[in-house]
This record gives sequence, structure tokens and C-alpha cells, in this order.
Amino acid sequence: MPGSDVLIVGGGLHGCSAALHLAMRGASVTLVEKDYSGRHASGVNAGGVRSLGRHLAEVPLSLASMELWHRIGDLVDDDCGFENHGQVKLAESEADLEKCRARAEELRQAGFDHEEVIDEDELRELVPAAAPHVVGGLVSRGDGAALPFRTVQAFRNKAERLGAQIVEGVAVEQIRRQGRIFVARLSDGREFMAPVLINAAGAWAGRIARDFGEPVPMEAVAPMLMITERRPAFLRPVVGATSRTLSFKQFANGTVLIGGGYLGRADPDSNRTILDYAKLGANARTVRELFPVMRDARVVRAWAGIEARMADGIPVLGPSATEDGLFHSFGYSLHGFQLGPICGAIIAELVSTGRTNLPVEPFAIGRFARHAA
Amino acid sequence: MTPIAHVDQLAKTYDLVVIGAGPAGMAAATLAAAGGASVLLVDENPAPGGQIYRGIGATPLKRRALLGEDYWKGEELTNAFAASGASYFPGATVWQLAPDVELGISSGGRTAMIRAEQVVMATGALERPFPIKGWTLPGVMTAGAAQILLKTSGVTVDGKVVLAGSGPLLWLIAAQYLESGKHFDAILDTTPRANWSAAIGQLPRFLASPYLAKGLKLVAKVRRRARVISGVTALEAQGEGHLACVRYTKGGKVHEIEADHLLLHQGVVPNINMASASGCELEYDPLQLTWRPKLDEWGRTSVEGITVAGDGGGIAGAEAAAERGRIAGLAALAALRRISSEERDRRAAPIRAVLGRYDRGRAFLDRLYQPTQQFRVAGDDTLACRCEEVTGGQIRNAVKTLNIAGPNQLKSFLRCGMGPCQGRLCGLTVSETIAEARGTSVEAVGYYRLRAPVKPITLAELATLDMSETEIKTVARG
Repeated sequence: MPGSDVLIVGGGLHGCSAALHLAMRGASVTLVEKDYSGRHASGVNAGGVRSLGRHLAEVPLSLASMELWHRIGDLVDDDCGFENHGQVKLAESEADLEKCRARAEELRQAGFDHEEVIDEDELRELVPAAAPHVVGGLVSRGDGAALPFRTVQAFRNKAERLGAQIVEGVAVEQIRRQGRIFVARLSDGREFMAPVLINAAGAWAGRIARDFGEPVPMEAVAPMLMITERRPAFLRPVVGATSRTLSFKQFANGTVLIGGGYLGRADPDSNRTILDYAKLGANARTVRELFPVMRDARVVRAWAGIEARMADGIPVLGPSATEDGLFHSFGYSLHGFQLGPICGAIIAELVSTGRTNLPVEPFAIGRFARHAA
Repeated sequence: MTPIAHVDQLAKTYDLVVIGAGPAGMAAATLAAAGGASVLLVDENPAPGGQIYRGIGATPLKRRALLGEDYWKGEELTNAFAASGASYFPGATVWQLAPDVELGISSGGRTAMIRAEQVVMATGALERPFPIKGWTLPGVMTAGAAQILLKTSGVTVDGKVVLAGSGPLLWLIAAQYLESGKHFDAILDTTPRANWSAAIGQLPRFLASPYLAKGLKLVAKVRRRARVISGVTALEAQGEGHLACVRYTKGGKVHEIEADHLLLHQGVVPNINMASASGCELEYDPLQLTWRPKLDEWGRTSVEGITVAGDGGGIAGAEAAAERGRIAGLAALAALRRISSEERDRRAAPIRAVLGRYDRGRAFLDRLYQPTQQFRVAGDDTLACRCEEVTGGQIRNAVKTLNIAGPNQLKSFLRCGMGPCQGRLCGLTVSETIAEARGTSVEAVGYYRLRAPVKPITLAELATLDMSETEIKTVARG
């Protein structure tokens, strides 16, 4: 039976990033992905590289990840299409602007200064195409966007170049414990063993956690995105809104990405998603109101990825509470892409040294057991 | 038939929605409406007919011989449909068909979502992409586009015209052009000589096919009146800003011929975009070298309630399409419990017998006109994806250096298939080119996972949709 130091289940960005960082530390790694790397959430999301508006617990991780993003080419030998034009949240009223000020102040109290309130003049300089009623906003200048699938593939390929074994198109059917060793049986009958198991299976990760006696409140969701045909250049930063849901970005080739976390339906069993066009209609109305320049734009494609969302909105990251040698990294829905580079490094650190300098306690899987008790 | 002109005249639900008013769609709608089902037929064109019978009843060409007697068979189908109880929505686009059989329909800048118990997709065929160097030069078009010009406007292209490629439709279009008085400077036949020996085993069955006499007559007529150059093994369109000359290789020698227009054609393939975007399982047809939805004997796809009729389910021609439309109509009536499965089977038997006759010649034609690999794969300097201007060389390079396994992974690196055509014009070329570069089969490489909307829809149209009643759960997105 082939064996390695670490077995990773799930070839999304988090699985591939963990594989890369572990391989960089000299561990032998086998990664198993039931489809192909980046097939689901990691490869088909909006590509926002965003520290703006993060849950407070995630801010230290997000800022550390941003440092990796700014030299992503050194890490994975590919620029991943990363562009640093900032992210802006529009304020449509004085009340919105007040929310922005409160948020910036909350961060400052916690020791962070990456989010800044901007007035109408600066807003118009950054986002000249915003509707006339917009009065200002909140900006995070170090943010930007990258190309999701290209990024996953870069992490995957670099991990492979460093010796990680990547097994794609075969699902893990069952994982059992043989003494200190995990043994995974694949759907093609092969078995792999390793003393360390990393659960990075995204929308399918809850099953692995449950099988090892720690069920979690996780649901599979399908956030929808649309892209339009090419438009003349009008926007550089990624734009959101303070009191509406929107993620809005123009690519260098002119196409415009429209998201906002509107959910379709996910069916993890069949790998499929179903779009809800009424909700996309609401998304379209938001864009029309905030960007009059988009009124006659034609949508050429809409899609959704299957993602794992935790009941409390932040991921599970760290060692299992029940099983020695098992580590979890999942439940990042709607905000996992930017965290990919650092969370892989954290997992590698936890596996190799048993500790990390970044504050990961809020993400411990035990938090759900506590609530249950 | 009840015409519908605006989306607000649509009912919320229909027993059966048929998409496409070609022979298969008209036949399915006519039969199902006669069986008492509430039927809506939606079609993009202003008049019924589809591609094959395009402009029937409206074409300015009144000389029947010009388009051939077969064209006028469409009249019978169209008249029967006009007399049926179906609703008919021309000039409307179905931009989405969800696996739960919800349809998005647009017309005149407005859109609506409706539901159907049953859907028959009769979306027909597309010309197979023919990637040669220079095929994006003005002056180069598909032979099918030239035929549409003829059928709808009664005009032919000007100047020196060269027709190139292979397949039954090539000869039909040539005959129609010659009949309308247009001269060809040359017809470059790319049918590989080796195909004859591959096809010959199927000849006995083909001899009994209704297509044989028709086909022979057609080819003989064209050969009499035009210069046909057979055994062409390479093609290139050349010119600065507009096509000036066609370079071709025959018997290892390169020749050039001046041309203002080059009409390219190498057969037709099922239009699978909507089937694929709706989640219908696809399968590869190694004989017709194309993907098609996986269908049972009634044309039912892997998605409950969605049936495919006509060439969209596999190329078999217009007459067969009408029969397959009737089969789908019967299946829909049975699924709607308007007829018993016994009645369905009984009524289908004579239709299947007719279909059997049309099938007889198919294997021969499929083998004979199977295009060679060099005309299916994009060369290093040849554009594979026209929307995003991606060459065969770039695809090969990405496969080699980036571990690209298939067309879906390629999208993120080269944007192949992500332009406005949504892969319709490059899907097969890209799969073939990746398969060649990886030294594996097209089947192993797979096809684009296509996304809705199947046709672009404006934000303004989308914004006209009613809000859903369930509260919209949203979260900030990264």
C-alpha cells in the first residue's frame, strides 16, 4: 500500500496550498481530488483578493495572506493574474458613510489601519462610473483580484513539481484508522496510507468530520456569478456596497463580473448547481442602479460553484478535537480565496511543529461541540 | 396555431414547450397539440422553418426548382403546424432551460420565466468548425451562411467564389448556387480518398436508402457545371484585410486560386449548447466525430422531462428530424398521461419503420464524409477560438507547460470558449486540439461545461424579472 507523510483530501485552493507548503517543508504528500483541482468553489469564484470587510477574527490571517499575494509569483512561479487595484465599498447615503466610519474605527481599536474612509471626491477619482447619488466609501488599497482557476492550478503544479503526488478524478470512498495510520480507500480500489490526514474537502468536508465523530453545522451553498460581454474600460478596483450585496469588477479584457453572494441551489451529490434567475434579476437591478454605464450590457454567462458555509460564517481551521493526526481546513464559503495562501502555510506549520504564530483559536472545530454541550 | 407576440402573453405553465421551429419542432408541436396538450413552440426566427426550411412561405425565391423539391416538403409541415392548436412565439429566445424545467424566454427587450411539464429541444445542427489559417479574413464565411443569404434574401455572394470542404450539404449548397446562376471558380473537395475504402462496406445498405438517387443526381449535376478539384489535403485563406486568394494542396503540390469569397463547409454537428447547459449528459459519437446528448429510444435525455428531437440529438437530416419530432411528441403525450404507453408504442411503430429507411444510408455518409484530423485540429498559427483569438499553438503550449487536462481547465488560462459565442464555434476544435496534444481521445478530454444563459441576455432584461417570494439570503462576497 503506497504511503506518504500526509494525505490531503480535496484539491481546491486550500488543499493545494497545504500540499505546496508541506512539500516546501520536505514532507511527502499525496493529494486526492474526486474531480480535478479547482473544479468547485476555488476555481469558479469571483477571484476577489479582499481583506476589506473581513470578520475581525480573520483579519490577522487575511493580512498575512495579503503579504503572500503581493509576492505570489515567488511562491508559485505564476502571477495568478493578481492585480492590486484595491477594493472599495460604496456608501450611498450619509448613514452608509457613518457605517464606514464606525467600521474603520473598530479596526483601528483592534490595531489595524488597512481600511480607510474616503470622501466623495476621492471616491469619484477611484470609481468615476459610480451613480451620482454615491457619497463616499471605504477602501482597502492593498486588495485586488486574481484569476481563481489559474491560481489553484499554479499551487497544484508547484506542489507537484516539489514532489507532491496529485491524484485527480478519483474519489476517496472511505477512510479508516489502522493504529496510528489513516488508510483511505479510493473509488478505483486503490488504498493510500498516511499518519497525517488533512480534510480540505470543501462542501464535502462535513462528511469526513462527521465520520471522525465531530459533526459540524455546515451547509453546501451555491453563490451565483454573472459575466458580461466586453465593455469599454470604466473600472479598476473591485467594488462592493455598504448596504446592498454586490461584488463588481471589470477585467483587463473588458468583461465585467457581477456577484454578490446571491445563492442558487447546490447539489453536492451530483456536483451540480441550479441558478435562481429571480435573484440574479435582483443582482442586475443593483448594478443598474449603481452603475448606469451598465444598463445595456449583455450577460454572456452565469454560474455557481459549490461551497461549504459554516453556521457562524467563519471557517474551520486546525487540528481535530477527536482524532490525533487529523487536521481540518474547510467552510470558507464566500471568502476563502484570499485566505488560501496563508491557510495552507498554517496547516503545514501545525502539522510540522504543532503550533502557529497566527491566532487560529477562533476557527477551532471544538467551538461547535461547546455550543452543542 | 395561436401567435404570441410579447412575453406578457405567455401562460405561466404549459404541458409542453418545444424549442425550435424546424422540422422536428413543428412535427412534435403539431402532434402533441392534436393530442390535447397545451403546447408552446418558441423560435428565434420570424417565421417557422428552421435552418433547412428557412424562409419557407416568405422566401423571395419563387422558382421552386432553385432550392430543390426537398425544400418545399417544409410547406406541408408548416401548414399542418399552422392549423394546429399550439401557441407559437416567433422572434423569441430561450436563454435558459434549467434542469427543473424552468425556461427563461426573451423577446423585444423583456424576459419571463415559465414552467413546462415537458420540454422538447429541437435546436438542430450547427456547421462543424473548419479551422484553417486565415479563416477569419473578411470574405471567408461558412457555406451555411451563404445558403441563408440565398434562402432569406435571394442573393448570392459577389465576385470570384470558391467553395471548399466536404459533406452532403456542400453539394446541396453548390447545386442551389449553380441553379441561381452563380458561377464557382472552383469547388475544392477535401473528402479524404481513404474514406471511400472505409465507407464501401456500408454501400449495400446505402443502395437501399432514399438518399442515394438524390445524392448521386446532385453530385453529378454539380460536377457537370463546376470545376471540382478532389483530393485537397490542405487549405489556407490569404489576403491583406480581405480574402485575395485560396492556397490549397493536392497530390503534394501547392496551388493558388484567386478568390473574393471562400465558403467553407465540413458537415454539420448537433447544437448541444442548451442540452449541455441544462445538465443533460453528453456522449461522444466516434463515427460522426461529435458530442450529442445521451438519448433513449424516445429521445429522452438524462434530465427528467427534457427530450431532444431532430439533428440536435445526432445528425440524420430533415426528413428524419420530422419523424423524430413525432416520436418525441408521442413520448410527451404519454408522459403527460394523455395517451397510454401502449398507444404511444403502437403509434410510434410505423414512424420507426420510416426512420429505419432514412437510417440506412447514414453510416455510409458518415464514413465517407468524416473530415480528416488536419481540418478538425487548429494548426499552430490558426485561430481555434475566434472570440478570444486563441491559436492552436497556444493551446498545445498550455497543455504541455501547465498540465491542462481538458477544455474547462483551459478557459482560465486562454479564455477559449468564454467569448460571446460560448464555445459554439470552437468547442470541437478545442477538444480535438487538446486531445491531439495529449495523445489521447476527444472522449477522454471531454467538452466544455456550458453555462446559462445559452444566449446573451441584457441586464435590463434580467432586471425585469419578478423578485422571488422567498427572502433573498445574501452575504458579502470575497
